[in-house]
Amino acid sequence: MEKLLYSKNHEWIKKEGNIALIGITDHAQKSLGEIVYVELPEVDDEFEVEEAFGVIESVKAASDSYMPVSGKIIEINEALEDSPTLLNEDPYGTWIIKIELSDEGELESLLDLAAYNELCEEDN
Amino acid sequence: MYRYIPATEDDRKEMLDVIGINSVEELFDDIPEDLKQSQPLNIGAPMSEIELKKRIEELGNKNLSDLICFRGAGAYDHYIPAAVNHLISRSEFYTAYTPYQPEISQGTLQCIFEYQTMIANLTGMFASNASMYDGATSAAEGAMVAATVTKRKEIVVSRSVNPETRKVLETYCKFRDIKVVEVELDEGVTSVKGLKDKISDKTAGVIVQSPNFFGIIEDLDEIRENITDKKTKYIVYTDLVAMGMLKTPGESGADIVVGDAQSFSSGLAYGGPYLGFMAITKELIRKMPGRIVGESVDQDGKRSYVLTLQAREQHIRRYKATSNICSNHALNALAATICMSLLGKVGLEKMAEQCYKKSNYTLSKILETGRYKLKFNRPFFKEFVIEGEESPEVINEKLLKDGILGGYPLEKEYPELKNTSLVCTTEKRSKSEIDSFAKRMGEI
Repeated sequence: MEKLLYSKNHEWIKKEGNIALIGITDHAQKSLGEIVYVELPEVDDEFEVEEAFGVIESVKAASDSYMPVSGKIIEINEALEDSPTLLNEDPYGTWIIKIELSDEGELESLLDLAAYNELCEEDN
Repeated sequence: MYRYIPATEDDRKEMLDVIGINSVEELFDDIPEDLKQSQPLNIGAPMSEIELKKRIEELGNKNLSDLICFRGAGAYDHYIPAAVNHLISRSEFYTAYTPYQPEISQGTLQCIFEYQTMIANLTGMFASNASMYDGATSAAEGAMVAATVTKRKEIVVSRSVNPETRKVLETYCKFRDIKVVEVELDEGVTSVKGLKDKISDKTAGVIVQSPNFFGIIEDLDEIRENITDKKTKYIVYTDLVAMGMLKTPGESGADIVVGDAQSFSSGLAYGGPYLGFMAITKELIRKMPGRIVGESVDQDGKRSYVLTLQAREQHIRRYKATSNICSNHALNALAATICMSLLGKVGLEKMAEQCYKKSNYTLSKILETGRYKLKFNRPFFKEFVIEGEESPEVINEKLLKDGILGGYPLEKEYPELKNTSLVCTTEKRSKSEIDSFAKRMGEI
């Protein structure tokens, strides 16, 4: 998890070359509770930083997922359509979208693990 | 009059003092002056109960409620089985408001669940919601679903869709910056060429009606084939009575099916309240407005009903919801549920068959007079358009003297259809009623 970067909106991002995987953090899945549905974007959709790329519905709420950085969707995790609870079971092993980064510089404004943990502490 | 307005001047003053204002008007300070009623309502002086009862009866007696009805155009004179009004008049149903702790009202939820099941089956769709206000708003809400899902800003609608439905659609779309594009007619049905011209990669949804406003059965398969963009949603407005006879819109590839179920025991009632329905594919269910009841089990494993998929509802994410509708005409939905249960599958088939045969018989008798011709030579369900020499208004005035409500004059909504009338025959019309109607039509 050291390789991951985090956003204030509780998404994690893992860079692999000019491609990145995005998911939600353990803290996010705990706050949501049992996840029942994930609304995914379509491949080739383009999003700005902070733009909502999808919706995660749990038994008690529905919340938007926001882009930690801007980019274009190149793949979506279709397994989530039938098994949305993967996000509860293994939040860091379950990516939601794969994107092509528009601007790698944007990664610099994200949080590292220590900073993110501090943010969660404040939340609690 | 105190029975209806229990607060005295002293009571009002006391209440105003408690909240610290000087007059009732101050409660409305937030409303801009130009929006307020400047004159008192023109409703006359107060009356005693005796006077009031008399006055209301006078007004009520002006209604001509037992006319022999040959008019449809979106509101149909179908038979209402005696059991319907008897059952919906039970106070548990009749006086109930929407339950705020829904799971405690298992009876209400079961009725809605049964309603949804029947609507989904009749339309050939995956699921139905708990119902909506009326056909026009259902169609508009369907368009909103299409616009939300596709993130597009154009709705294509056929001119063979009920004109009132199109007006409501315009109103909804205007406030969402959605452009409504109309497709012209081709001999009483949606012009396929026109449809091809109007559809583009901006089209969120296409709305057609079948049986259409002129009673004609549209070729839903052909229209589906011409919606080539796989994002565009196919919205079909239909008449559930016709489902006793026709292929379902679901089988023709509809994404959203809407319409008015007034035909199922809502009565004509001067235009409302009616009953909108909406059914949808599995793919779109989380974008469907309104409520959905699902079946589950309780802690003892017994069958029970719940409100399901609530996370998509507007009270959870108001600004993100497809729609801010969270209400419906529940009593009308209940009437429809009872009506459908009483009819059953065979009953509905017979009802549809009677509408179809009797309207065809009506047409043949009208043509026999030699005074009229059939405007569009196409298959119709329970309504057809005739054209004569005389204006329909004149004809209808004469028919009214005989206690007959004649066809709907089309010219106002369709200027190109001069001296045409939309005539409807439901299962309620007897042979002798039809014969004397046609005879009178021939004499005018």
